[in-house]
Amino acid sequence: MAARKTLGESLREHGVSRRGFLKFCAATASMMALPPSMGPVIAAALEKARRPSVIWLSFQECTGCTESLTRSHSPTVEDLIFDVISLDYHHTLQAAAGHQAEAAREQAMKDNHGEYLLIVDGSLPGPNSNPGFSTIAGISNYAMLQEAVAGAKAVVAVGTCSAFGGLPAAAPNPTGAVSVMDIVKDKPVINVPGCPPVPMVITGVLAQYLVFGKLPDLDEYHRPLAFFGQSIHDRCYRRPFYDKGLFAESFDDEGARKGWCLYRLGCKGPSTYNACATMRWNSGTSWPVESGHPCLGCSEPKFWDAGGFYEPLSAPLGTPGNTLLAAGAAGVVIGGVAATLAKHRAATAVAERQPVTVEELEQKL
Amino acid sequence: MSDPMGFLLWVKGPAFNFALAVFALGMLARLVEIFILGRKTNYAEAKGGEWGPGFKTMLTRTVADPGTFARAPFNVVVGWIWHIGFITALLLFIPHIELFRGVLGIAWPGLPNPVVDAVTAITILALVATLVHRTQHPVKKHISTPEDYLVWTVTFLPVLTGYLAYHRLVNPYPLILGLHILSVNLFLVVFPFTKLTHVFTAFIARWYNGAIFGRKGVQS
Repeated sequence: MAARKTLGESLREHGVSRRGFLKFCAATASMMALPPSMGPVIAAALEKARRPSVIWLSFQECTGCTESLTRSHSPTVEDLIFDVISLDYHHTLQAAAGHQAEAAREQAMKDNHGEYLLIVDGSLPGPNSNPGFSTIAGISNYAMLQEAVAGAKAVVAVGTCSAFGGLPAAAPNPTGAVSVMDIVKDKPVINVPGCPPVPMVITGVLAQYLVFGKLPDLDEYHRPLAFFGQSIHDRCYRRPFYDKGLFAESFDDEGARKGWCLYRLGCKGPSTYNACATMRWNSGTSWPVESGHPCLGCSEPKFWDAGGFYEPLSAPLGTPGNTLLAAGAAGVVIGGVAATLAKHRAATAVAERQPVTVEELEQKL
Repeated sequence: MSDPMGFLLWVKGPAFNFALAVFALGMLARLVEIFILGRKTNYAEAKGGEWGPGFKTMLTRTVADPGTFARAPFNVVVGWIWHIGFITALLLFIPHIELFRGVLGIAWPGLPNPVVDAVTAITILALVATLVHRTQHPVKKHISTPEDYLVWTVTFLPVLTGYLAYHRLVNPYPLILGLHILSVNLFLVVFPFTKLTHVFTAFIARWYNGAIFGRKGVQS
Protein backbone atom coordinates (compact mmCIF):
# COMPACT_ATOMS: atom_id res chain seq x y z
CA MET A 1 0.00 0.00 0.00
CA ALA A 2 1.32 3.39 -1.03
CA ALA A 3 0.64 4.86 2.39
CA ARG A 4 3.45 2.76 3.91
CA LYS A 5 6.26 4.77 2.29
CA THR A 6 7.72 7.73 4.14
CA LEU A 7 7.81 11.12 2.53
CA GLY A 8 11.63 11.14 2.57
CA GLU A 9 11.78 7.90 0.64
CA SER A 10 9.23 9.12 -1.86
CA LEU A 11 11.06 12.39 -2.43
CA ARG A 12 14.34 10.59 -3.06
CA GLU A 13 12.57 8.30 -5.51
CA HIS A 14 11.31 11.40 -7.32
CA GLY A 15 14.86 12.74 -7.54
CA VAL A 16 14.40 15.65 -5.13
CA SER A 17 17.75 16.74 -3.75
CA ARG A 18 18.40 17.20 -0.04
CA ARG A 19 19.10 20.89 -0.71
CA GLY A 20 15.79 21.33 -2.55
CA PHE A 21 13.97 19.58 0.25
CA LEU A 22 15.54 21.75 2.96
CA LYS A 23 14.78 24.90 0.98
CA PHE A 24 11.17 23.82 0.86
CA CYS A 25 11.16 23.18 4.60
CA ALA A 26 12.58 26.66 5.29
CA ALA A 27 9.97 28.20 3.00
CA THR A 28 7.23 26.21 4.75
CA ALA A 29 8.46 27.43 8.15
CA SER A 30 8.38 31.04 6.99
CA MET A 31 5.00 30.52 5.33
CA MET A 32 3.56 29.24 8.58
CA ALA A 33 5.05 32.21 10.45
CA LEU A 34 7.40 29.96 12.38
CA PRO A 35 10.98 30.88 13.36
CA PRO A 36 13.73 29.74 10.92
CA SER A 37 14.95 27.27 13.53
CA MET A 38 11.81 25.27 12.83
CA GLY A 39 13.10 24.43 9.30
CA PRO A 40 15.16 21.37 10.38
CA VAL A 41 12.32 20.26 12.66
CA ILE A 42 9.96 20.37 9.71
CA ALA A 43 12.52 18.49 7.60
CA ALA A 44 12.85 15.76 10.22
CA ALA A 45 9.09 15.48 10.64
CA LEU A 46 8.44 15.37 6.90
CA GLU A 47 11.20 12.76 6.38
CA LYS A 48 9.43 10.42 8.72
CA ALA A 49 5.88 11.32 7.77
CA ARG A 50 3.83 8.53 6.29
CA ARG A 51 2.02 9.39 3.12
CA PRO A 52 -1.52 9.95 4.17
CA SER A 53 -4.29 8.74 1.94
CA VAL A 54 -6.22 11.61 0.46
CA ILE A 55 -9.65 11.39 -1.13
CA TRP A 56 -10.64 14.45 -3.13
CA LEU A 57 -14.33 14.90 -3.85
CA SER A 58 -15.46 17.45 -6.43
CA PHE A 59 -19.09 18.56 -6.20
CA GLN A 60 -20.68 21.74 -7.58
CA GLU A 61 -17.42 23.31 -8.71
CA CYS A 62 -15.66 24.63 -11.79
CA THR A 63 -12.35 22.75 -11.35
CA GLY A 64 -10.66 26.12 -10.86
CA CYS A 65 -9.32 25.00 -7.49
CA THR A 66 -7.66 21.96 -9.04
CA GLU A 67 -6.41 24.13 -11.89
CA SER A 68 -4.91 26.50 -9.34
CA LEU A 69 -3.19 23.65 -7.56
CA THR A 70 -1.69 22.25 -10.74
CA ARG A 71 -0.64 25.70 -12.02
CA SER A 72 2.16 25.94 -9.51
CA HIS A 73 5.23 25.75 -11.76
CA SER A 74 6.31 22.24 -12.41
CA PRO A 75 8.40 20.70 -11.12
CA THR A 76 8.43 22.48 -7.80
CA VAL A 77 8.80 20.96 -4.41
CA GLU A 78 5.24 21.84 -3.50
CA ASP A 79 4.11 19.87 -6.55
CA LEU A 80 5.99 16.92 -5.26
CA ILE A 81 4.67 17.33 -1.77
CA PHE A 82 1.31 17.07 -3.37
CA ASP A 83 2.55 14.17 -5.44
CA VAL A 84 3.78 12.25 -2.46
CA ILE A 85 0.58 12.25 -0.55
CA SER A 86 -1.35 9.24 -1.67
CA LEU A 87 -4.07 10.84 -3.72
CA ASP A 88 -6.38 7.89 -4.08
CA TYR A 89 -9.36 9.56 -5.71
CA HIS A 90 -9.60 12.78 -7.69
CA HIS A 91 -11.91 13.11 -10.72
CA THR A 92 -9.71 15.36 -12.72
CA LEU A 93 -6.27 14.07 -11.88
CA GLN A 94 -6.85 10.32 -11.73
CA ALA A 95 -6.44 8.11 -14.76
CA ALA A 96 -9.26 5.76 -13.85
CA ALA A 97 -12.83 6.44 -14.86
CA GLY A 98 -16.29 5.05 -14.29
CA HIS A 99 -16.67 2.03 -12.02
CA GLN A 100 -12.92 1.65 -11.58
CA ALA A 101 -12.67 5.17 -10.21
CA GLU A 102 -15.46 4.61 -7.73
CA ALA A 103 -13.94 1.27 -6.76
CA ALA A 104 -10.64 3.05 -6.01
CA ARG A 105 -12.46 5.49 -3.75
CA GLU A 106 -14.25 2.72 -1.89
CA GLN A 107 -11.05 0.70 -1.54
CA ALA A 108 -9.13 3.71 -0.17
CA MET A 109 -11.91 4.48 2.28
CA LYS A 110 -11.91 0.89 3.48
CA ASP A 111 -8.12 0.51 3.74
CA ASN A 112 -7.56 3.83 5.53
CA HIS A 113 -10.73 4.04 7.56
CA GLY A 114 -10.43 6.69 10.25
CA GLU A 115 -7.09 7.93 8.87
CA TYR A 116 -7.60 9.50 5.44
CA LEU A 117 -7.89 13.16 4.70
CA LEU A 118 -10.99 14.14 2.82
CA ILE A 119 -10.61 17.15 0.53
CA VAL A 120 -13.74 18.66 -0.96
CA ASP A 121 -14.04 21.31 -3.62
CA GLY A 122 -17.42 22.65 -4.64
CA SER A 123 -20.62 23.15 -2.71
CA LEU A 124 -23.35 20.54 -2.63
CA PRO A 125 -27.14 20.59 -2.76
CA GLY A 126 -28.35 20.60 0.85
CA PRO A 127 -30.27 17.75 2.47
CA ASN A 128 -33.60 19.37 1.59
CA SER A 129 -32.72 19.98 -2.07
CA ASN A 130 -33.36 17.78 -5.06
CA PRO A 131 -30.40 15.34 -4.88
CA GLY A 132 -30.47 15.12 -8.66
CA PHE A 133 -28.96 18.58 -9.00
CA SER A 134 -25.51 17.06 -8.66
CA THR A 135 -24.57 13.39 -8.69
CA ILE A 136 -21.46 11.30 -9.26
CA ALA A 137 -21.91 7.73 -10.48
CA GLY A 138 -25.58 8.05 -9.60
CA ILE A 139 -24.77 8.96 -5.99
CA SER A 140 -25.94 12.33 -4.70
CA ASN A 141 -23.24 14.69 -3.44
CA TYR A 142 -24.85 14.70 -0.02
CA ALA A 143 -24.83 10.89 0.29
CA MET A 144 -21.26 10.66 -1.00
CA LEU A 145 -20.04 13.28 1.45
CA GLN A 146 -21.77 11.60 4.38
CA GLU A 147 -20.25 8.26 3.44
CA ALA A 148 -16.77 9.67 2.95
CA VAL A 149 -16.82 11.79 6.09
CA ALA A 150 -17.65 8.77 8.26
CA GLY A 151 -14.12 7.36 7.93
CA ALA A 152 -12.19 10.61 7.51
CA LYS A 153 -9.77 12.00 10.06
CA ALA A 154 -10.49 15.52 8.94
CA VAL A 155 -12.09 17.39 6.08
CA VAL A 156 -10.35 20.13 4.11
CA ALA A 157 -12.81 22.31 2.18
CA VAL A 158 -10.79 23.75 -0.70
CA GLY A 159 -12.19 26.81 -2.43
CA THR A 160 -14.92 29.24 -1.50
CA CYS A 161 -17.73 27.01 -2.85
CA SER A 162 -16.98 24.15 -0.46
CA ALA A 163 -16.01 26.50 2.39
CA PHE A 164 -18.92 28.95 2.17
CA GLY A 165 -21.22 27.87 -0.66
CA GLY A 166 -19.62 30.22 -3.18
CA LEU A 167 -21.17 30.88 -6.57
CA PRO A 168 -23.73 28.03 -6.48
CA ALA A 169 -25.07 29.39 -3.17
CA ALA A 170 -25.26 32.99 -4.42
CA ALA A 171 -28.76 34.47 -4.56
CA PRO A 172 -31.16 33.01 -5.56
CA ASN A 173 -29.29 29.74 -4.85
CA PRO A 174 -31.34 27.62 -7.25
CA THR A 175 -29.88 24.29 -6.11
CA GLY A 176 -30.12 24.99 -2.38
CA ALA A 177 -26.32 24.78 -2.25
CA VAL A 178 -24.63 24.56 1.14
CA SER A 179 -21.02 24.46 2.31
CA VAL A 180 -19.20 21.48 3.76
CA MET A 181 -19.26 22.91 7.29
CA ASP A 182 -23.03 23.29 7.02
CA ILE A 183 -23.20 19.49 6.78
CA VAL A 184 -20.17 18.16 8.64
CA LYS A 185 -20.48 18.79 12.36
CA ASP A 186 -18.73 15.83 13.97
CA LYS A 187 -15.33 15.98 12.23
CA PRO A 188 -12.75 18.78 12.08
CA VAL A 189 -13.31 20.97 9.03
CA ILE A 190 -10.50 23.17 7.70
CA ASN A 191 -11.61 25.80 5.21
CA VAL A 192 -9.17 26.94 2.55
CA PRO A 193 -11.34 29.48 0.74
CA GLY A 194 -10.45 31.50 -2.32
CA CYS A 195 -11.73 31.54 -5.86
CA PRO A 196 -9.42 29.76 -6.32
CA PRO A 197 -7.19 29.48 -3.23
CA VAL A 198 -3.50 30.31 -3.51
CA PRO A 199 -1.77 27.02 -4.51
CA MET A 200 0.84 27.35 -1.75
CA VAL A 201 -1.95 27.73 0.79
CA ILE A 202 -3.49 24.42 -0.26
CA THR A 203 -0.15 22.62 -0.12
CA GLY A 204 0.85 24.57 3.00
CA VAL A 205 -2.18 23.34 4.93
CA LEU A 206 -1.37 19.76 3.92
CA ALA A 207 2.29 20.26 4.85
CA GLN A 208 1.32 21.65 8.23
CA TYR A 209 -0.83 18.60 8.83
CA LEU A 210 2.01 16.29 7.82
CA VAL A 211 4.62 18.08 9.95
CA PHE A 212 2.73 18.51 13.15
CA GLY A 213 0.32 15.61 12.82
CA LYS A 214 -2.44 17.89 14.02
CA LEU A 215 -4.77 20.38 12.51
CA PRO A 216 -3.76 24.03 12.31
CA ASP A 217 -5.14 26.85 14.46
CA LEU A 218 -8.28 28.19 12.82
CA ASP A 219 -10.20 31.45 12.82
CA GLU A 220 -13.95 31.68 13.33
CA TYR A 221 -14.53 30.66 9.71
CA HIS A 222 -12.35 27.55 10.21
CA ARG A 223 -9.58 29.10 8.11
CA PRO A 224 -5.95 28.38 9.10
CA LEU A 225 -4.67 31.46 10.89
CA ALA A 226 -1.21 30.95 9.41
CA PHE A 227 -2.58 31.95 6.00
CA PHE A 228 -5.80 33.81 6.75
CA GLY A 229 -4.74 35.64 9.91
CA GLN A 230 -4.12 38.99 8.23
CA SER A 231 -6.16 41.03 5.83
CA ILE A 232 -5.17 41.89 2.28
CA HIS A 233 -5.31 45.57 3.26
CA ASP A 234 -2.87 45.15 6.16
CA ARG A 235 -0.27 43.45 3.96
CA CYS A 236 -0.94 45.38 0.76
CA TYR A 237 2.06 47.17 -0.75
CA ARG A 238 -0.36 49.93 -1.85
CA ARG A 239 -1.43 50.53 1.76
CA PRO A 240 0.74 53.68 2.14
CA PHE A 241 -1.32 55.31 -0.62
CA TYR A 242 -4.54 54.55 1.27
CA ASP A 243 -3.02 56.04 4.40
CA LYS A 244 -2.00 59.16 2.46
CA GLY A 245 -5.43 59.40 0.82
CA LEU A 246 -4.12 58.84 -2.72
CA PHE A 247 -6.62 56.85 -4.76
CA ALA A 248 -7.05 55.74 -8.36
CA GLU A 249 -10.49 56.85 -9.50
CA SER A 250 -10.60 55.03 -12.81
CA PHE A 251 -8.57 52.23 -14.35
CA ASP A 252 -6.79 54.66 -16.63
CA ASP A 253 -6.21 57.81 -14.63
CA GLU A 254 -2.98 59.17 -13.27
CA GLY A 255 -3.56 57.48 -9.92
CA ALA A 256 -3.95 54.07 -11.57
CA ARG A 257 -0.75 54.59 -13.56
CA LYS A 258 1.11 55.61 -10.44
CA GLY A 259 -0.10 52.52 -8.58
CA TRP A 260 -2.24 54.30 -5.99
CA CYS A 261 -4.81 52.63 -3.73
CA LEU A 262 -7.73 50.89 -5.50
CA TYR A 263 -10.31 51.41 -2.72
CA ARG A 264 -12.49 53.69 -4.83
CA LEU A 265 -12.47 51.15 -7.65
CA GLY A 266 -14.07 48.57 -5.38
CA CYS A 267 -11.12 46.93 -3.61
CA LYS A 268 -12.41 44.60 -0.86
CA GLY A 269 -8.93 44.21 0.63
CA PRO A 270 -9.88 45.85 3.96
CA SER A 271 -12.47 43.17 4.70
CA THR A 272 -10.72 40.21 3.10
CA TYR A 273 -8.43 37.79 4.89
CA ASN A 274 -6.09 35.85 2.62
CA ALA A 275 -2.42 35.35 1.79
CA CYS A 276 -2.38 36.82 -1.75
CA ALA A 277 -0.43 39.93 -0.73
CA THR A 278 2.38 37.91 0.83
CA MET A 279 2.47 34.71 -1.25
CA ARG A 280 1.27 36.09 -4.55
CA TRP A 281 0.35 34.03 -7.59
CA ASN A 282 2.10 32.26 -10.45
CA SER A 283 5.11 31.28 -8.39
CA GLY A 284 5.31 34.64 -6.68
CA THR A 285 5.10 36.69 -9.88
CA SER A 286 2.24 39.00 -8.99
CA TRP A 287 -1.23 39.19 -7.51
CA PRO A 288 -4.46 40.98 -8.49
CA VAL A 289 -3.77 44.30 -6.76
CA GLU A 290 -0.22 44.39 -8.13
CA SER A 291 -1.61 43.90 -11.62
CA GLY A 292 -3.89 46.90 -11.10
CA HIS A 293 -7.15 45.20 -10.22
CA PRO A 294 -9.01 45.59 -6.93
CA CYS A 295 -9.36 42.61 -4.60
CA LEU A 296 -12.74 40.92 -5.09
CA GLY A 297 -12.84 39.50 -1.57
CA CYS A 298 -13.10 35.94 -2.91
CA SER A 299 -12.01 34.23 0.31
CA GLU A 300 -14.86 35.72 2.33
CA PRO A 301 -18.36 34.29 2.80
CA LYS A 302 -21.11 35.60 0.50
CA PHE A 303 -18.65 37.43 -1.72
CA TRP A 304 -20.89 37.04 -4.76
CA ASP A 305 -23.74 38.75 -2.94
CA ALA A 306 -21.64 41.49 -1.30
CA GLY A 307 -22.37 44.17 -3.90
CA GLY A 308 -20.70 44.90 -7.22
CA PHE A 309 -17.03 44.03 -7.60
CA TYR A 310 -16.37 47.64 -8.64
CA GLU A 311 -18.49 49.25 -5.93
CA PRO A 312 -16.38 50.62 -3.04
CA LEU A 313 -16.59 48.76 0.25
CA SER A 314 -18.36 51.72 1.88
CA ALA A 315 -21.09 51.90 -0.78
CA PRO A 316 -24.44 50.60 0.43
CA LEU A 317 -26.13 47.55 -1.03
CA GLY A 318 -29.47 47.55 -2.82
CA THR A 319 -30.96 50.69 -4.33
CA PRO A 320 -30.72 53.33 -1.59
CA GLY A 321 -31.37 56.15 -4.08
CA ASN A 322 -34.79 54.69 -4.85
CA THR A 323 -35.44 54.10 -1.14
CA LEU A 324 -34.62 57.74 -0.47
CA LEU A 325 -36.95 58.97 -3.23
CA ALA A 326 -39.85 56.67 -2.31
CA ALA A 327 -39.62 57.34 1.43
CA GLY A 328 -39.11 61.06 0.77
CA ALA A 329 -42.23 61.17 -1.42
CA ALA A 330 -44.20 59.36 1.27
CA GLY A 331 -42.86 61.85 3.81
CA VAL A 332 -43.98 64.80 1.68
CA VAL A 333 -47.48 63.33 1.45
CA ILE A 334 -47.64 62.60 5.18
CA GLY A 335 -46.33 66.08 6.04
CA GLY A 336 -48.80 67.65 3.62
CA VAL A 337 -51.72 65.72 5.06
CA ALA A 338 -50.68 66.54 8.63
CA ALA A 339 -50.39 70.26 7.83
CA THR A 340 -53.68 70.29 5.95
CA LEU A 341 -55.45 68.58 8.86
CA ALA A 342 -53.93 71.06 11.29
CA LYS A 343 -55.05 74.00 9.15
CA HIS A 344 -58.47 72.45 8.82
CA ARG A 345 -58.72 72.05 12.60
CA ALA A 346 -57.75 75.70 13.08
CA ALA A 347 -60.24 76.87 10.44
CA THR A 348 -63.01 74.73 11.94
CA ALA A 349 -62.30 76.13 15.37
CA VAL A 350 -62.59 79.67 14.02
CA ALA A 351 -65.80 78.88 12.08
CA GLU A 352 -67.47 77.12 14.96
CA ARG A 353 -66.49 79.74 17.50
CA GLN A 354 -69.55 80.78 19.56
CA PRO A 355 -68.95 84.20 21.11
CA VAL A 356 -70.66 84.91 24.39
CA THR A 357 -71.51 88.47 25.36
CA VAL A 358 -71.38 89.86 28.87
CA GLU A 359 -75.14 90.36 28.78
CA GLU A 360 -75.72 86.70 27.91
CA LEU A 361 -73.47 85.66 30.75
CA GLU A 362 -75.24 87.94 33.19
CA GLN A 363 -78.61 86.54 32.15
CA LYS A 364 -77.43 83.07 33.05
CA LEU A 365 -76.36 84.11 36.51
CA MET B 1 -26.23 37.60 9.81
CA SER B 2 -24.72 35.35 12.48
CA ASP B 3 -21.15 35.87 11.26
CA PRO B 4 -19.18 39.12 10.81
CA MET B 5 -19.48 39.23 7.02
CA GLY B 6 -23.19 38.34 7.13
CA PHE B 7 -23.65 41.08 9.73
CA LEU B 8 -21.80 43.63 7.57
CA LEU B 9 -23.92 42.79 4.53
CA TRP B 10 -27.10 43.06 6.60
CA VAL B 11 -26.24 46.47 8.09
CA LYS B 12 -25.17 47.98 4.78
CA GLY B 13 -28.03 46.35 2.89
CA PRO B 14 -31.53 45.94 4.37
CA ALA B 15 -30.78 47.73 7.66
CA PHE B 16 -29.25 50.79 5.95
CA ASN B 17 -32.13 50.98 3.49
CA PHE B 18 -34.63 50.79 6.34
CA ALA B 19 -32.81 53.51 8.32
CA LEU B 20 -32.59 55.70 5.23
CA ALA B 21 -36.33 55.25 4.63
CA VAL B 22 -37.21 56.22 8.22
CA PHE B 23 -34.87 59.22 7.99
CA ALA B 24 -36.23 60.49 4.66
CA LEU B 25 -39.86 59.86 5.52
CA GLY B 26 -39.66 61.34 9.01
CA MET B 27 -37.57 64.36 8.07
CA LEU B 28 -39.57 65.32 4.97
CA ALA B 29 -42.87 64.86 6.79
CA ARG B 30 -41.68 67.26 9.48
CA LEU B 31 -40.20 69.82 7.11
CA VAL B 32 -43.17 69.83 4.74
CA GLU B 33 -45.52 70.28 7.68
CA ILE B 34 -43.45 73.22 8.93
CA PHE B 35 -43.39 74.88 5.50
CA ILE B 36 -47.08 74.36 4.73
CA LEU B 37 -48.18 75.68 8.10
CA GLY B 38 -45.80 78.57 7.57
CA ARG B 39 -46.98 82.01 8.58
CA LYS B 40 -50.07 83.96 7.70
CA THR B 41 -49.93 85.81 4.42
CA ASN B 42 -49.04 89.40 5.11
CA TYR B 43 -51.05 91.81 3.00
CA ALA B 44 -49.56 95.04 4.37
CA GLU B 45 -46.75 96.53 2.29
CA ALA B 46 -43.49 96.46 4.21
CA LYS B 47 -40.53 98.83 4.05
CA GLY B 48 -37.77 96.21 4.25
CA GLY B 49 -37.53 92.86 2.50
CA GLU B 50 -37.56 89.42 4.08
CA TRP B 51 -34.97 87.43 2.14
CA GLY B 52 -31.93 89.62 2.76
CA PRO B 53 -32.36 90.01 6.51
CA GLY B 54 -33.35 86.33 6.72
CA PHE B 55 -30.08 85.11 5.20
CA LYS B 56 -28.09 87.69 7.15
CA THR B 57 -29.49 86.40 10.42
CA MET B 58 -28.81 82.81 9.35
CA LEU B 59 -25.14 83.79 9.34
CA THR B 60 -25.03 86.17 12.30
CA ARG B 61 -26.87 83.80 14.64
CA THR B 62 -24.38 81.07 13.70
CA VAL B 63 -21.62 83.02 15.43
CA ALA B 64 -22.16 83.40 19.16
CA ASP B 65 -22.48 87.00 20.36
CA PRO B 66 -19.85 88.27 22.83
CA GLY B 67 -22.26 88.02 25.75
CA THR B 68 -22.97 84.34 25.14
CA PHE B 69 -19.27 83.63 24.71
CA ALA B 70 -18.46 85.40 27.98
CA ARG B 71 -21.12 83.43 29.85
CA ALA B 72 -20.44 79.99 28.35
CA PRO B 73 -17.06 79.85 26.58
CA PHE B 74 -16.85 76.06 26.92
CA ASN B 75 -20.15 75.53 25.13
CA VAL B 76 -19.16 77.82 22.28
CA VAL B 77 -15.59 76.61 21.72
CA VAL B 78 -16.09 72.88 22.25
CA GLY B 79 -19.42 73.01 20.45
CA TRP B 80 -17.79 74.57 17.40
CA ILE B 81 -14.86 72.13 17.51
CA TRP B 82 -16.90 68.97 17.51
CA HIS B 83 -19.50 70.23 15.05
CA ILE B 84 -16.80 71.11 12.52
CA GLY B 85 -14.99 67.85 13.23
CA PHE B 86 -18.15 65.80 12.82
CA ILE B 87 -19.09 67.48 9.55
CA THR B 88 -15.54 67.19 8.21
CA ALA B 89 -15.34 63.46 8.97
CA LEU B 90 -18.83 62.90 7.60
CA LEU B 91 -18.49 64.80 4.35
CA LEU B 92 -14.79 64.80 3.49
CA PHE B 93 -13.59 61.24 4.28
CA ILE B 94 -13.15 59.48 0.92
CA PRO B 95 -15.03 56.25 1.82
CA HIS B 96 -17.93 58.44 3.01
CA ILE B 97 -17.91 60.35 -0.27
CA GLU B 98 -18.21 56.98 -2.01
CA LEU B 99 -21.23 56.27 0.22
CA PHE B 100 -22.85 59.54 -0.85
CA ARG B 101 -22.06 58.68 -4.46
CA GLY B 102 -23.77 55.33 -3.92
CA VAL B 103 -26.92 56.97 -2.52
CA LEU B 104 -27.16 60.35 -4.25
CA GLY B 105 -25.04 59.78 -7.34
CA ILE B 106 -22.87 62.83 -6.67
CA ALA B 107 -19.37 63.16 -5.29
CA TRP B 108 -16.93 65.89 -4.30
CA PRO B 109 -13.23 66.16 -3.42
CA GLY B 110 -12.18 64.76 -0.06
CA LEU B 111 -9.37 65.28 2.43
CA PRO B 112 -6.34 63.00 2.91
CA ASN B 113 -7.05 60.25 5.41
CA PRO B 114 -4.52 61.44 8.03
CA VAL B 115 -6.24 64.84 8.19
CA VAL B 116 -9.66 63.25 8.72
CA ASP B 117 -8.08 60.91 11.26
CA ALA B 118 -6.70 63.79 13.31
CA VAL B 119 -9.98 65.70 13.09
CA THR B 120 -11.86 62.57 14.24
CA ALA B 121 -9.58 62.11 17.24
CA ILE B 122 -10.20 65.74 18.27
CA THR B 123 -13.95 65.27 17.74
CA ILE B 124 -14.00 62.22 20.02
CA LEU B 125 -12.20 64.15 22.77
CA ALA B 126 -14.51 67.14 22.36
CA LEU B 127 -17.63 64.96 22.48
CA VAL B 128 -16.41 63.24 25.64
CA ALA B 129 -15.72 66.69 27.10
CA THR B 130 -19.30 67.79 26.34
CA LEU B 131 -20.67 64.76 28.18
CA VAL B 132 -18.42 65.34 31.18
CA HIS B 133 -19.42 69.00 31.22
CA ARG B 134 -23.09 68.09 31.00
CA THR B 135 -22.85 65.74 33.95
CA GLN B 136 -20.68 68.08 36.06
CA HIS B 137 -22.24 71.47 35.43
CA PRO B 138 -25.11 71.86 37.95
CA VAL B 139 -27.46 73.79 35.66
CA LYS B 140 -26.76 71.69 32.58
CA LYS B 141 -27.19 68.52 34.60
CA HIS B 142 -30.50 69.78 35.94
CA ILE B 143 -31.98 70.66 32.57
CA SER B 144 -30.70 67.56 30.75
CA THR B 145 -33.35 65.08 29.71
CA PRO B 146 -32.99 61.43 28.66
CA GLU B 147 -33.33 62.65 25.07
CA ASP B 148 -30.16 64.72 25.48
CA TYR B 149 -28.19 61.65 26.53
CA LEU B 150 -29.75 59.57 23.74
CA VAL B 151 -28.75 62.17 21.15
CA TRP B 152 -25.22 62.36 22.56
CA THR B 153 -24.92 58.56 22.38
CA VAL B 154 -26.14 58.19 18.80
CA THR B 155 -23.83 61.03 17.75
CA PHE B 156 -20.79 59.70 19.59
CA LEU B 157 -21.04 56.03 18.55
CA PRO B 158 -20.53 56.56 14.78
CA VAL B 159 -17.45 58.69 15.47
CA LEU B 160 -15.95 56.21 17.92
CA THR B 161 -16.67 53.10 15.82
CA GLY B 162 -15.45 54.89 12.71
CA TYR B 163 -12.16 55.68 14.44
CA LEU B 164 -11.82 52.06 15.63
CA ALA B 165 -12.62 50.76 12.14
CA TYR B 166 -10.17 53.10 10.39
CA HIS B 167 -7.36 52.06 12.72
CA ARG B 168 -8.49 48.42 12.52
CA LEU B 169 -8.44 48.14 16.30
CA VAL B 170 -11.14 45.47 16.38
CA ASN B 171 -10.85 42.14 14.60
CA PRO B 172 -12.23 40.96 12.29
CA TYR B 173 -12.65 44.13 10.28
CA PRO B 174 -16.15 43.32 8.91
CA LEU B 175 -17.39 43.25 12.51
CA ILE B 176 -16.22 46.77 13.40
CA LEU B 177 -17.19 48.19 10.01
CA GLY B 178 -20.61 46.60 10.52
CA LEU B 179 -20.90 48.12 14.00
CA HIS B 180 -19.93 51.52 12.55
CA ILE B 181 -22.65 51.32 9.90
CA LEU B 182 -25.14 49.99 12.47
CA SER B 183 -24.47 53.02 14.69
CA VAL B 184 -25.06 55.28 11.69
CA ASN B 185 -28.32 53.45 10.99
CA LEU B 186 -29.36 54.11 14.59
CA PHE B 187 -28.45 57.79 14.16
CA LEU B 188 -30.61 57.99 11.02
CA VAL B 189 -33.59 56.33 12.68
CA VAL B 190 -33.44 58.53 15.77
CA PHE B 191 -32.75 61.70 13.75
CA PRO B 192 -36.27 62.85 12.72
CA PHE B 193 -37.77 62.30 16.15
CA THR B 194 -35.26 64.12 18.36
CA LYS B 195 -33.50 67.46 18.56
CA LEU B 196 -31.15 66.18 15.88
CA THR B 197 -33.65 67.75 13.45
CA HIS B 198 -31.88 71.03 14.28
CA VAL B 199 -29.47 70.11 11.46
CA PHE B 200 -32.25 71.31 9.16
CA THR B 201 -34.54 73.40 11.33
CA ALA B 202 -31.90 75.60 13.02
CA PHE B 203 -31.19 77.47 9.80
CA ILE B 204 -34.88 77.67 8.85
CA ALA B 205 -35.67 79.14 12.27
CA ARG B 206 -32.84 81.66 11.95
CA TRP B 207 -34.12 82.69 8.55
CA TYR B 208 -37.64 83.20 9.93
CA ASN B 209 -36.26 85.29 12.79
CA GLY B 210 -34.26 87.46 10.44
CA ALA B 211 -37.16 87.80 8.04
CA ILE B 212 -39.50 88.95 10.81
CA PHE B 213 -36.97 91.46 12.15
CA GLY B 214 -36.07 92.76 8.72
CA ARG B 215 -39.58 93.34 7.54
CA LYS B 216 -40.07 96.74 9.15
CA GLY B 217 -43.79 96.99 8.59
CA VAL B 218 -47.12 96.39 10.24
CA GLN B 219 -48.73 92.99 10.44
CA SER B 220 -51.94 92.88 8.43
